[in-house]
Amino acid sequence: MNARAAVAAVVDPEIRVVTIDELGILRAVEEEPATGRVVVTITPTYTGCPAMDVIRADIRRALAAAGHPDAEVRTVYAPAWSTDWISDAGRAKLAAAGIAPPARRGDDTVVPLTLAVRCPRCGSPETTQVSRFGSTACKALWRCRSCAEPFDHLKAL
Amino acid sequence: MLRAPQSRTEGGPVSGVFDFTLALGDDALIAAQRLGEWTTRAPEMEEDIALANIALDQLGAARLLLTYAGELEGAGRDEDDLAFLRDDREFRNCLLVELPNGDFGVTMAKLFFLAAWQLPLYTALAGGGDDRLAAIGAKARKESAYHLDHASLWVKRLGDGTDESHRRMQDAVDQVWPYVHELFTSDPAAPVDPATLRADFDATVAAVLDEATLTRPETRWTPGGGRDGVHTEQLSYLLAEMQVLHRAHPGASW
Repeated sequence: MNARAAVAAVVDPEIRVVTIDELGILRAVEEEPATGRVVVTITPTYTGCPAMDVIRADIRRALAAAGHPDAEVRTVYAPAWSTDWISDAGRAKLAAAGIAPPARRGDDTVVPLTLAVRCPRCGSPETTQVSRFGSTACKALWRCRSCAEPFDHLKAL
Repeated sequence: MLRAPQSRTEGGPVSGVFDFTLALGDDALIAAQRLGEWTTRAPEMEEDIALANIALDQLGAARLLLTYAGELEGAGRDEDDLAFLRDDREFRNCLLVELPNGDFGVTMAKLFFLAAWQLPLYTALAGGGDDRLAAIGAKARKESAYHLDHASLWVKRLGDGTDESHRRMQDAVDQVWPYVHELFTSDPAAPVDPATLRADFDATVAAVLDEATLTRPETRWTPGGGRDGVHTEQLSYLLAEMQVLHRAHPGASW
């Protein structure tokens, strides 16, 4: 199996409905023709993301299963990950799983903007932030005032 | 056997960037450890999660900075060696981060001042000439902006709240304020001279305190020494708790 395809199919260990490729964590997969060695480059969503060790192990396991036992996973920090790197397919999967995807930022501002977040269940824009932080470093907790359901929101970064 | 303590003047060619990177890494590490003490003890569940998340961000920055500091030093020390096998006199963190948590107001005052310093600092590093520090700065500043926003909201909410919350938030600001001066001690050899960040910090603090109906205390007392390894006794207790497992079981992993 193609190394790139094998790595791209690895799911995020904390948000298991999306792959690391769809989240924009996966930056590059390069295969050295002479040796067959695969070098994978990833970047964390947050500096302290505790899922990184699991992601590295999952990548190595996926490559080994696809016939690429010689693999190296490199972690880079620049350019810094942005929620703008989450693909459209990734956004759709997040929403389908009840996680409101982040608004597109489009620039490099670090001033947190809170735009209206639509409820991923009923689509209502009548929502309230319950907690600025959530179950993982990248999420905040919101509640819908229309259907009364709480939901996760992936914070724009 | 533990390594003998190293004085930072022994470092040789790496002194400027090494000292600076180590100090910032220690700031983030000690801040993370203090914030982590709130876990299961915060006034509400949402805040418990918030403080743990901010602690995690600080720990993430600390790991990157200490790893880089170890490489700059060139003595073979990694992030774990620097975090767990140094004694109090070898830590270079500012006193602000090692102060006990106090009540929630004191914790928010500490976090507010720390974030108001870290945001312009990391932003300056992001545009600086050291590639590693630029990458760390670009990443960490996004998180610092969120910390600053969070702490600012609480400072305003408590300051402009009830008589009791106002009194306690003002007490917290009065108690913590003297410790901010140490952050801006000029160091022309550093990648970013901390003194150049003061105007940005003061503007942030003035705007938030004003909206919070709080005042900045006038004081001539400016405690310092953290950057030279001269700490309050509180750091020693913190380190004892943080390091005990690693020192009792060197190299343990799970």
